[in-house]
Amino acid sequence: MPLRLNIVVPVKRVIDFAIKPRINASKNAIETNGVKFSLNPFCEIAVEEAVRLRESSKDLVESITLVSAGSAKAQDTLRAGLALGADKATLIEIPAIDDSKSLELEPLAVAKLLRAFVKKSNANLVIMGKQAIDDDSNQTGQMLAGLLNWSQATNASKVTVDEASGVVTVSREVDGGTETLSAPLPLVITTDLRLNTPRYTKLQDIMKAKKKKTEKVSPESLGVDISSRLEILSLSEPPKRTGGGKVDSVDALIGKLKETGAI
Amino acid sequence: MPLRPSSMYSLVRMPSRAIYRRVVVSQQLTSFTYERTYRTTAFRRNLSEDESAMLQEPREEDEADVVIVGGGPAGLAAAIRLKQLELERGKQVRVVLLEKASDMGNHTLSGAVIEPKALKELLPDWLEDPPTTLTPVKSNKMRFLTEKYSIPLPEPPQMHNSGNYIVSLSEVVKWLAAKAEELGVEVYPGFSVNELLFDQSGAVAGIATNDMGISRAGAPKDNFQRGMEFRAKVTLLAEGCHGSLTKGVIKKYDLRRGKDVQTYGIGLKEVWEVPEENWREGEVLHTMGWPLTSKVYGGGFMYHFGERLVSVGLVVGLDYANPWISPFREFQRMKHHPIYSNVLKNGTCVSYGARALNEGGLQSVPKLIFPGGALIGCSAGFVNVPKIKGTHTAMKSGMLAAESAYNAITSDTTNESAIALYDYEDNFKKSWIFEELNEVRNVRPSFHNPLGMYGGILYSGLDTLLLKGRVPWTFHHKASDAASTQPADKFKPIDYPKPDGKLSFDLLTSVARTGTMHNEDEPVHLQVKDWDAHTTSSYPKYQGVESRFCPAGVYEYIPDETKKEGVRFQINSQNCIHCKTCDIKVPAQDINWVCPEGGDGPKYMLT
Repeated sequence: MPLRLNIVVPVKRVIDFAIKPRINASKNAIETNGVKFSLNPFCEIAVEEAVRLRESSKDLVESITLVSAGSAKAQDTLRAGLALGADKATLIEIPAIDDSKSLELEPLAVAKLLRAFVKKSNANLVIMGKQAIDDDSNQTGQMLAGLLNWSQATNASKVTVDEASGVVTVSREVDGGTETLSAPLPLVITTDLRLNTPRYTKLQDIMKAKKKKTEKVSPESLGVDISSRLEILSLSEPPKRTGGGKVDSVDALIGKLKETGAI
Repeated sequence: MPLRPSSMYSLVRMPSRAIYRRVVVSQQLTSFTYERTYRTTAFRRNLSEDESAMLQEPREEDEADVVIVGGGPAGLAAAIRLKQLELERGKQVRVVLLEKASDMGNHTLSGAVIEPKALKELLPDWLEDPPTTLTPVKSNKMRFLTEKYSIPLPEPPQMHNSGNYIVSLSEVVKWLAAKAEELGVEVYPGFSVNELLFDQSGAVAGIATNDMGISRAGAPKDNFQRGMEFRAKVTLLAEGCHGSLTKGVIKKYDLRRGKDVQTYGIGLKEVWEVPEENWREGEVLHTMGWPLTSKVYGGGFMYHFGERLVSVGLVVGLDYANPWISPFREFQRMKHHPIYSNVLKNGTCVSYGARALNEGGLQSVPKLIFPGGALIGCSAGFVNVPKIKGTHTAMKSGMLAAESAYNAITSDTTNESAIALYDYEDNFKKSWIFEELNEVRNVRPSFHNPLGMYGGILYSGLDTLLLKGRVPWTFHHKASDAASTQPADKFKPIDYPKPDGKLSFDLLTSVARTGTMHNEDEPVHLQVKDWDAHTTSSYPKYQGVESRFCPAGVYEYIPDETKKEGVRFQINSQNCIHCKTCDIKVPAQDINWVCPEGGDGPKYMLT
């Protein structure tokens, strides 16, 4: 039986990486009014990787499905992913708690939603970003693998699929160097920065993406309780950086370090 | 393999002190070859054959009835009008709108107090589903400032703002874009256009979007993507003030013959969130005088809108002679005047940006049409300077052009030649845009007199209150802004105060607030033929005027003993916020601004 990959790529809509985030007036969340949102850069790399797998070998990839859990505005993000080359997209629509804010999902809730979705869509490979640039959690992929009881290869910087044996080899960058893992399918891969450089979307693909299907489902239909288990008490900016001081000898340096309690 | 910047979070290119990239002092050439397309992708001589072949690959083609370059108020109004006519009259037209910003509204910056005249004409029930942050004007103040005091001034009637709204024009553009998409306009943000397509007769036949994925040296990278061609029956250029395609088209078809040069101002602004006690909803303030001297045209503004938001800014006429002036630093020190600081203190600055704007008025409006297309909005230049409003006239011009284009496209003629929108030009002359601009045509040019601001105020007062333009004479703009710059040795350097970090800020902090971003490995889109030659011709005479008029720190003269003048010219194109001031003001006119890759540039918020 030839190997066929049914890939699910979860994506997230986040504040654009070029924007300087600000805390809102009530000091309980990041300001989102008037701010530009985009597809999370790591998720974009994940979509690109899925598309490259498809291009690497004919018939290897059966379908690439995008999924995102968020407000209705996440449809734009899904369309951007469709324009990169995915086949279809599903939005798990999270209701808004007030006019502009929708419920902030925690990684565990997202992982549970994804588990339900992945099971429903018969996927055998999940490629997702290692973390979202707004919360930098780096948890969802690992939690998802645990909930699904699948292998996981996180922070991938190179992915190779051996069609004959169905084994996926993943190189990951770790502190000490590069670690290479191999695992059979089904597998969860989370992408790191150097995995690939996403292509520019062609205007023609954006036009085609408008015709691709986007479904909407609710968290209830997936049987998942998405209520928060954590409560954000307050948010504040880190203290402004004050100037440093200069010292003129090693002894003075040691003295300063002792003063500040560093050594 | 080229990588995205290794830190996704560090974007603002820090001039001088940061880690040096290998700056390629390149010979970037723009060749306006009038027989063919405008080739602006620079070719370095040592491109391999394969690479050259890739860059010349034939492009995919598509067809539309109308292509609109630029998604601001004018472009969107034209698009909406076209689709409304389609609904009214039945004949379908395919309308494609291309915008270089990554999202609609991201490159839009304006005061802004808008007169809803054109909006009401376009969308009569716009108030039922209005844009966010729409604040009716409640009070109007005009003041003359000295360093410490403010003297009330009588307002000219043009500045009465009853019935007008304070908005974030960026948000209005987003709202208009949503309306356009609902009506079936194909809106494509993230695509920039540097190239017009021509047919055999030399008429404009459409556009080609920029190639993406070209390295700084001009070679295709791994993710190289050839642009796409759109053949169109009518091409509307709505690029805003001093558009890059517009510049070429005006030159090619000699659209300025018999008209004055266009003159400009630079508008810098910030959006602040201020404490409740300082905020007065709907208040509009305009100031003249300090910190600008009597020789410099311009003035400050402050509008209270939204939820405890304040738009504060300064417009400086770019015809200033003193090359030591830095509009950015004038703006920063202006905020320390009590009339401004009393509102801004203890507030937070959330956004910053700058953009050039037209000040030429009726005398500088070029011929609006060319074979195959037309200029709409600020690309032509319909700003009513005494009113300080141009959005309503821009939108109306878009609507007029749309009507003319729709008639031309859907008429039953079998004429194969390019469309000329004669109706548009005629209807413009009969419209209220013309009437308005005619009434105030002498106000701005009256400031080009030996008494400077005082002469201007005297004449303008007379004209706006009594004469209302009903005079047989028309003042003219005698020189371009670039030519008005005088050598640095005629003036003393200005000692601007240091920013205090609370009310006033340094340049790089401000640029970080624009969210601007250009790929590191991308051709420099501010094209200067020879950086060394430019230094030799410009630095001794003007002492680095570019480093002062640029509101984003793009231009720098770095001390370098190996160079003849002791300095080296550097262009930090990554900081560019697409204001076009350099293309306008550089005295030798040797900086050519072209669009970088689509999606680049600022990501303005609430401007």
